[in-house]
Amino acid sequence: MAAGRKTIRFTLNGKPVETEIANHHNAVEVLEAFGLFGARESCAQGLCGCCTLLVDGKAVSGCLYLAAFLDGAVVTSVEHLERDGALSPVQEAFIEEGAFQCGFCTPGFVLMVEQLLDRCAAPSEDEIRHYLSGNLCRCATYPQIIQAVQRAAEKRKASAAA
Amino acid sequence: MKTKDQATRQIGRSIPRREAREKVSGRAEYIHHLRLPGMLYGKIVRSTLAHARLKSIDVSAAAAAPGVAGVITAADVRKIIPDPYYGPIFHDQPILALDKVRHVGESVAVVLAADPHLAEQAAQLVEVEYQELPAVYDEVEAMKAGSAIVHEVLRPAGMFPDFKDLAGRRNTNLHLDFKLRRGDVARAFANAEHVFEHTFHTRQIMHTPLEPIVTLAESNGSSVTLHTASQMVSVVRTEIARLLGWPENRVRVKTAFLGGGFGAKTYIKVEAIAVACALIARRPVKIALTMEEQFYTINKHANTLRLKSAVGRDGRISARECEVWWNGGAYADIGPRLTQKTGFTAAGPYDIDNVHIDSYAVYTNLPPAAGLRGFGVPTLTFAYESHTDMIARELGIDPLEFRRKNLLREGRAQATGTVMRDAATEAVLERLAQRMSWNAPFDRGSGSVRRGRGIAIGFKASISNTTSVAIVNVYADGSCTVYCNTVDMGQGSDTALAQIAAEALGIPVESVKVAHPDTDLTPYDMGTLGSRSTFHMGQAVKLAAEDARDKLLALATALGVPVETTPIADLFRKRYGMQAGNVVGVATFNPKSNQPDHATGLAENITPNWMVGGTGAEIEVDTETGHVRVTRLVNIADCGTAINPQIVESQLSGAAIMQYGCTMSEGIEFDAGQATNASLADYKIPGIRDIPAVFVNEIVAARQESGPYGAKGVGETGTFGVSAAITNAIHDAVGVRITRLPVTPEAVYRALRANSATPLEE
Repeated sequence: MAAGRKTIRFTLNGKPVETEIANHHNAVEVLEAFGLFGARESCAQGLCGCCTLLVDGKAVSGCLYLAAFLDGAVVTSVEHLERDGALSPVQEAFIEEGAFQCGFCTPGFVLMVEQLLDRCAAPSEDEIRHYLSGNLCRCATYPQIIQAVQRAAEKRKASAAA
Repeated sequence: MKTKDQATRQIGRSIPRREAREKVSGRAEYIHHLRLPGMLYGKIVRSTLAHARLKSIDVSAAAAAPGVAGVITAADVRKIIPDPYYGPIFHDQPILALDKVRHVGESVAVVLAADPHLAEQAAQLVEVEYQELPAVYDEVEAMKAGSAIVHEVLRPAGMFPDFKDLAGRRNTNLHLDFKLRRGDVARAFANAEHVFEHTFHTRQIMHTPLEPIVTLAESNGSSVTLHTASQMVSVVRTEIARLLGWPENRVRVKTAFLGGGFGAKTYIKVEAIAVACALIARRPVKIALTMEEQFYTINKHANTLRLKSAVGRDGRISARECEVWWNGGAYADIGPRLTQKTGFTAAGPYDIDNVHIDSYAVYTNLPPAAGLRGFGVPTLTFAYESHTDMIARELGIDPLEFRRKNLLREGRAQATGTVMRDAATEAVLERLAQRMSWNAPFDRGSGSVRRGRGIAIGFKASISNTTSVAIVNVYADGSCTVYCNTVDMGQGSDTALAQIAAEALGIPVESVKVAHPDTDLTPYDMGTLGSRSTFHMGQAVKLAAEDARDKLLALATALGVPVETTPIADLFRKRYGMQAGNVVGVATFNPKSNQPDHATGLAENITPNWMVGGTGAEIEVDTETGHVRVTRLVNIADCGTAINPQIVESQLSGAAIMQYGCTMSEGIEFDAGQATNASLADYKIPGIRDIPAVFVNEIVAARQESGPYGAKGVGETGTFGVSAAITNAIHDAVGVRITRLPVTPEAVYRALRANSATPLEE
């Protein structure tokens, strides 16, 4: 591959970073180079959601998102949700509802749920199903994921009221 | 520390998974992530034909490509592994294709490069010349005279003693023919009031673990270490050691969490290729399959199943004849074991005096097949529970009543002659009837939306004879680690085994860690499969923890301190004068059962335990489109005691949804042996919108006396009844019978049109 290379600069989990990439690299490979493995390439077609990350606050499939497009962006991976040793309400809710089994798809679901609750504080079950239809869980922990979203919404509401 | 008689405190608690925090924060360890210094990526060059002689492989262009560190073919492999064939039942699968290829996607060569993109690009440059041979794809065709022959001669592996007599058999694709002969079937059919016969078909299914199959191998010249996403680290060690001709202690196999397994990550998958490449290249080599490559690597058998039953005037089944063809693909893998072990349950959980079963493992020129969550039981249950329902409806007997009348109950002999013990068939069926409100009025829909309901019940014998060994190491601060080779692939074994050890030791579960498999440190286990771990490893861990506890009690007595009130840490401090030492408990669990008699398939004690699962479905059929929507799905299971009820429930619901996918949408399509839907874009696994609006997953009150604290496995039980419950419900709704999975809208619509005498053209 006559690989063109370039240097990109972006904000990764709150910190400015710089790295050299090849033009064909995708965003998952960039995160891996920074030792972040929460976004995982699985289907490689943007269909399973295991590689989800947030670019400028928007969830994207890292396996289809070219690394070059991260230049100048604000990038958030699942590893950034934990602050000062505390998990986010969504992460806590996933644990309390037992909303994962093998855990491979879980970071993708967690990030999608963060985005869902940012946009809609109290989604209906239909809205939850619709919003998460692009994330696949082969262990099929879907009923528990729906419960976790509902619980996380309540947690967020409670902490906003406090 | 607790003494022997204290009440239980850890069993039956829904504590979160021990690794919960790591999993929600993206920091759980998977082999998928692993990188080692100096590592190369291996990209596999795959066969483009289903059956062909290999004439030549030209690697020169690939070897000269930028960044390529080497190109490996079978000729290279043979220099370090002279007999490079592996497999648990037959040594039939070459590490890389030797004289011929037997399926599309077979591994032919490996290109190595430090940059995976360069390896992939160079792999396109390997030129393979083939001489095409006639191929066979259908499992029934493959048994007929004149069929293409996939393997010229059978080579039993000898790992399991009961396949030895197949050695040297030639010119046959049939590589295991399991027979069960009970009673006088011919006479029962001759005297029967009614005889029913039906045939069913299923297609290949892909396991689809979202962490695709992956192995990273490294060697220092005197030993080899495999980091592999495997459900069976002990078996991988044994098989790699055998291939290399090395003692087992020079082969180290480690794993981490698995991103799903479902039976795909059993026996040897890419381990042997990775080891061969690492030894030849003298650098660590990672072979990580893509989602597409998994379709060429392993699947669940396609089947043809023929069932025939004799029924008396009293509505009792007097005889059942079952013929089951398992499409094993090009390599036997564990298929023959499945053909036999699952085959003997092909007549279903019914009390039938005369049973005749033929179960055939057949080679074809398709990718190899193995167990997928249920080891063939969901397929058999689809057939026998459709067949049973068809009989009941044709006789005008309520399907629930018909099952009650014929159910295999506690204390009665199963087809093998083994008397049923601790198998709650009755409780499961009755609870299912209750939860389905079977006797209440049912809304049958109107207009173009018709509603129906169906039930099904299945059972599975636990795998036997197998062994689990566990070590429980109590540290001087009173915490402890369980060393065992059970792999946590999402089923929650790290948590359940910690609960069992904590219970036996009388310490908090938070004080127990379950170490991840590393064969240099963790003792033998047959494998994490077949729902065997809770029962087998659970019992080994319990016994090992009790062994440690007994040693601690003896220590307390020797030290003259009160047993019940002295903290464990104080025992060590008093004994050694400081925080030092260990107390190690060890146990082996190997429940005995008999192999079926070769001629009759009969055995007095065929299995250490039975798992029972029933499913009910309410569905809607759109008669204008053939779309089927499941509106209510009820799963009832007997898993004995639930060690962790929340995890048990998610195992049941997860298994049921997986089987829902196998029923409604999944099925690998082949054209001349080429999988034509080998991607998640074309192969639809269930998503969150497929979950039925009402979804019940429950266990019945039951106890497996021989299991740890009354427990047994549950990972597969939710799959058993799903397919037949849905097809039975479709028949109930619209009067058409779907006998071929998957139940696509097209299949239903065609059946509806055929039923109304206006069939669609093919």
